[in-house]
Amino acid sequence: MAGKTLYDKIWDAHLVHEGEDGTCLIYIDRHLVHEVTSPQAFEGLRMAGRRVRCPEKTVAVPDHNVPTDESRVKGIENEESRIQVELLKRNAEEFGIEFYGIDDIRQGIVHVIGPEQGWTQPGMTIVCGDSHTATHGAFGALAHGIGTSEVEHVLATQTLIQKKSKNMKVEVTGRLPVGVTAKDIALTIIGRTGTAGGTGHVIEYCGEAIESLSMEGRMTVCNMAIEGGARAGLIAPDEKTIDYVRGRPHAPKGAAWEMAVEYWRTLRSDPDAQWDKVVTIDASEIAPVVTWGTSPEDVLPITGVVPDPEDFEGPKRDAARRALEYMGLKPGTRLTDIEIDTVFIGSCTNSRIEDLREVARVMKGRRVKPGIRAMIVPGSGLVRAQAEAEGIAQQLIEAGFEWRMAGCSMCLGMNPDQLKPGERCASTSNRNFEGRQGRGGRTHLLSPAMAAAAAITGRLTDVRELI
Amino acid sequence: MERFTTLTGVAAPLPLINVDTDMIIPKQYLKTIKRSGLGKAAFSDMRYLDDGSENPDFVLNQPAYREARILVTGANFGCGSSREHAPWALLDFGIRCIIAPSFADIFFNNCFKNGILPIVLPQEEVDKLMDDARKGANATLTVDLEAQEIRRPDGSVIRFDVDPFRKHCLLNGLDDIGLTLARGEAIDAFEARTRQARPWL
Ligand code: SF4
Repeated sequence: MAGKTLYDKIWDAHLVHEGEDGTCLIYIDRHLVHEVTSPQAFEGLRMAGRRVRCPEKTVAVPDHNVPTDESRVKGIENEESRIQVELLKRNAEEFGIEFYGIDDIRQGIVHVIGPEQGWTQPGMTIVCGDSHTATHGAFGALAHGIGTSEVEHVLATQTLIQKKSKNMKVEVTGRLPVGVTAKDIALTIIGRTGTAGGTGHVIEYCGEAIESLSMEGRMTVCNMAIEGGARAGLIAPDEKTIDYVRGRPHAPKGAAWEMAVEYWRTLRSDPDAQWDKVVTIDASEIAPVVTWGTSPEDVLPITGVVPDPEDFEGPKRDAARRALEYMGLKPGTRLTDIEIDTVFIGSCTNSRIEDLREVARVMKGRRVKPGIRAMIVPGSGLVRAQAEAEGIAQQLIEAGFEWRMAGCSMCLGMNPDQLKPGERCASTSNRNFEGRQGRGGRTHLLSPAMAAAAAITGRLTDVRELI
Repeated sequence: MERFTTLTGVAAPLPLINVDTDMIIPKQYLKTIKRSGLGKAAFSDMRYLDDGSENPDFVLNQPAYREARILVTGANFGCGSSREHAPWALLDFGIRCIIAPSFADIFFNNCFKNGILPIVLPQEEVDKLMDDARKGANATLTVDLEAQEIRRPDGSVIRFDVDPFRKHCLLNGLDDIGLTLARGEAIDAFEARTRQARPWL
């Protein structure tokens, strides 16, 4: 019998029931809930007179809608946002779910606080009504986004109806060159495989370059599995993973910890595991990259030029034409000649302490170019506090950055932080879709280091020239 | 959930690839705490001009397609955010069936939960249906879920595949939660086993 992948192992350990046609009932160990995709689910429970089966496996936090300036302690001005945030609190209270409110230092982006509070552990199944749930796969947990009907289903039953996905391996061999980071890996993979390259698959990322990443870096890579079409991305747990989880508020303690660690060490793909798809990338060939279009697959090394739609074939040609028109770019323009108005450092892709340290390293002794609006939105209240304790916050404020409270912020502009039509943003977030950061706004995705470089020069810039 | 058996209606052509859920329903409409009433927001950025008036060039604003029940579109439809507001908006507009060469996973799943049938067909067949759709209200399609076929205006038929469990749920308008709660014993047994094997959870 062939060996199993890590995904196979986690799947098998959570199988409650398998129907004849392969439709399975999978048990869910952790359910993360935020304010935007849950109101209708709680309402559904209430209407059917159902309860939350395992409130102790569920945690709720508002993040998408919350303002990230200091004014928020006085209350959320936008009425609809306020209602959603208040409703989440009421639902959490009514159903007995742990809740981190906007005045709690533990509040933050749901995918930042799950790992931070130790809710996220290797070998678990984790879901959230949010596509970037894949982030938690960095711990060797099977984590994916679900819709609101499924949120209700998990609340009521602690299970999910699923069919098994296929296994895809993405191996990144060798070492990363200087100036190249986890975000460049994530974007390069999507550039290579396309936004639908992982559809129907769970991706396991492996290889020396992945192993050498910090937990924060691994979260960045798994976070963007969804942009590559995969529902989930996984990285096998190792000592770094275990060290990260150790001592967190919701991590196992004492004898339970020892038992858990022993189990976690078994969580890796067997050498003879079967893969449905394999992609191999040589880390030494990865450069700092940026996106030029309106799909995360529109990726190029920063040394490149804006492509000509005529060079594409089929529907991609029309898509590229539309993208360039939207982005206000001409074919042949050097990427480093593209001037920006705004820099956004934040989102569940890049708002953790390592990301902020990286920004601080590039900014050392330098300033944000006058006229550029540059904003840092830490992923959680605790990340913010740590950056303040390390002196990073002070350095970056003096360099000209706005220093915000935790939330999703300009990643999707559901709160007041939005781009104006035509404004161009260097952003560490994960989606460059039309209107994502504000109607008519133009987004270039890049790493925190590259975002810092852009803040310094006011245009897209090769960070390698600054380090 | 409303049952899906046979649907006859106008199909609207939307020949774009990678239509993401931000495009289907932009974030400003996600602040609702209800499922209903989102039809007016469907494709909002493409459908309305800056002053809020309708963009006459957008397909669903054209007289022939205002009553469209079916959408024929490009690959990777529904990519991006998991927001179920996307199928809610399409449903509220009146769309019950979407035909494309491929869909993003979460959106695909969300459709079934809301009584919308997403159909995956090879590009050549989508192209044929796209041509049919371009004929507007002069040409309607019939989607027969039981028989798993699409009947074209010229009388020819295109067969499609659908997952048997999902077909069963759609045909009968079944609620997943009710089905799963009926398996309560299996869930209890699983929890008991896990408490032994992985007590730290
Ligand atoms: S930071 Fe952005 S991508 Fe992440 S959960 Fe928030 S809105 Fe979604």
